[in-house]
Amino acid sequence: MRALILALLLSIGPAFAEESLVTGLSRDDVQITADFTGSDILVYGAVRRNSPAPQSPPMDVIVTLEGPSSPATVRRKERNFGIWVNRAAVDLGEVPSYFAIASSGPLDQILSPDDDLKHQISLARRLTVTKITAESMDFWEFLQATQRIGIAKGNYVTQQSGVKLAEDTLFRADFALPANLTEGDFTVRMFLLRGGRVIDAKEQSIDVRKTGIERQLTNMAHHQPLLYGILSLLLAAVAGWGASEIFRIWRR
Amino acid sequence: MQIYLPIAEVSVNLFLLLGLGGLVGFLSGMFGVGGGFLITPLLMFIGVPPGVAVATGANQVVASSISGVLAQLRRKGVDFVMGTVLLIGGLIGSFIGVQIFAYMTALGQVDVFVQLSYVFFLGFIGATMFWESARAILRSQRQGAQQIRRAHEHSWMHSLPFKVKFRKSGLFISVLPPLALGAAVGILSAIMGVGGGFILVPAMIYLLGMPTKVVVGTSLFQIIFVTGFTTIMHAVNSQTVDMMLAFVLIVGGVIGAQIGSRMSTRLKPEQLRILLALLVLAVSIKIALDLLLMPSELYSITRLVLP
Repeated sequence: MRALILALLLSIGPAFAEESLVTGLSRDDVQITADFTGSDILVYGAVRRNSPAPQSPPMDVIVTLEGPSSPATVRRKERNFGIWVNRAAVDLGEVPSYFAIASSGPLDQILSPDDDLKHQISLARRLTVTKITAESMDFWEFLQATQRIGIAKGNYVTQQSGVKLAEDTLFRADFALPANLTEGDFTVRMFLLRGGRVIDAKEQSIDVRKTGIERQLTNMAHHQPLLYGILSLLLAAVAGWGASEIFRIWRR
Repeated sequence: MQIYLPIAEVSVNLFLLLGLGGLVGFLSGMFGVGGGFLITPLLMFIGVPPGVAVATGANQVVASSISGVLAQLRRKGVDFVMGTVLLIGGLIGSFIGVQIFAYMTALGQVDVFVQLSYVFFLGFIGATMFWESARAILRSQRQGAQQIRRAHEHSWMHSLPFKVKFRKSGLFISVLPPLALGAAVGILSAIMGVGGGFILVPAMIYLLGMPTKVVVGTSLFQIIFVTGFTTIMHAVNSQTVDMMLAFVLIVGGVIGAQIGSRMSTRLKPEQLRILLALLVLAVSIKIALDLLLMPSELYSITRLVLP
C-alpha cells in the first residue's frame, strides 16, 4: 500500500512542472461547393500549467496544417541528343497535397533538429524517399525540388512568425486554405516548445469535403463510371445539337 | 468569377474557360479539326491535371464536332460512306495506339514520346499544307481562279481491289487507302490524345483527293465517334472526365463552332488551308522549343494515385 502511494506520488510529481496545450479550431469541416474560392482557418489555444511559467528558456509554438498525401515520383530532365528528356527519378513515400507551417519564430532557432526528426514537424521531415537509382544518388536535390515546386504552386506555405503569442499563455495562427484543395482529412498539429525541445503536442483534424453537385459528380464518376461516361457524351450531344438549332432559328 | 471543378480539383475562372471553349469551337467549325491539339495543352497551362485535360478535352471535342457536323450537313458537306470507312479504320488504330501508349508509359518516356509525335506530325503536316496552299494562292492570283480537280488524277490507288463508289466525294476508289488512313489517324489520336482532324483533313485532300467541300464535314463525322470512344474509355479506366469542366467548355465551344462554320463559307479553300497550316505550325514550334530549350524547372512530380 505504501509502495503504491509512493509510486502514485512519483508519477504525479513531474506533472507539477509540466505545461500542456489546450487547443481549438475555428471550424472542423470545410465544404467545397461549386463557387469555392478557399477558406480561412483559425487555430487557437492556451498553455495549461500547474505552476508559474518558467522564466527561461522562452516558450515557442509551431502549428502545421497538412492535406491528404499520396506516393509520388519526382523526375529530372537531362539533355539527350539535343532535347530535354526525363532521366533520373526518385520515388517518394507520402507527399502531402498541402502543407502549411506557422511558428512563433524562425524554425531553425526554435526547433532542434533532434526533435524535428522525432516528431516529424517540418515538411523536409515529412518527405521520405522510398526508391532511388544509380542516376539519382543525389536524392536530396529531388527532395528540395519537391518543396520548391510545391511552394511555387502555393501548396506549401511557411509563415515565419505566423503564430502570435500573448502573455506566454495564449496563441493563435491563421491559415488561408487555397481554392485548389484535395478532398480528405486535413491534420492540424500543434507543438509547444522550450529551448528547441517539444514539451507537448496536440493533433486535430479538419474534414474537407465536396458537397452538392460537386459531391454527386465525384461519386458518380467513381462508382458508376460507364453511366458517367455515357452521360458526359449525352451532354455533349444535346449541347452540340441545341446550339446548332438555336443558331438556325436565330439566323432566320 | 471562380468555379471549382470536382474531378480536376482546381478552381478556375469561369469566363476564361468559356473563352477557351469558344476559341476551340471556332477553329473546329472553321477548319473541321476537333481542336484537341489546342484544348489539351491550354487546359494543362491553366492548371488542370494532364489526365483530366486529355479526357475532358475529348468530351468537349465531341460536342463541338456534333455542332459542326450539323452545320455541314445542311450544306450537304458530309460523305457518310467515306466517314464510316474512316471510322472503322480509326477504331482499329485507336486500339493499337492504346497498347503503344501503355508500353511507353511503362518505359517512363511517354511525355517525350507524345511531345515528339506532336512536333513531328504537326510540323510535317503544317509545312506541307503551308507550301501547297501558298502555291495555290500564288497560282490563282496569276491565272485567276482555276480549280484543280485532283479526284480525276489516276494513281496507284485506282488499281487496288475492293473499289467503292463514294458519291459525295466524287470518287471511285478502293476502301483500303481510307481504311489505312483511318487506322493511322486512330493510332496517333490515341497516343496524342486528339481527334486527329489536323491529320485527317490534309490527308483526305492530298492523299485521297477528296474535294475540300466535303472534307470538313466528313472529318468531323469521324471525329465525333473516335473522341466519343476515347471519352468513355477514360471515364471507365481512369475517372478523369470532368463533367463540370466539359459543360463550361461545351457551352463556349458550340457557340464558337457555329460562328466558325459560318466563317468558313466566306473564305476560299486555299485561304482556309493556309490559316490552318499556320496554326498547326505555331503549335508544333511551341512544343519543339519546349523540348530544345532548357526548362526553368528541371524536376517534375507525378502522383502515383490521386489522394
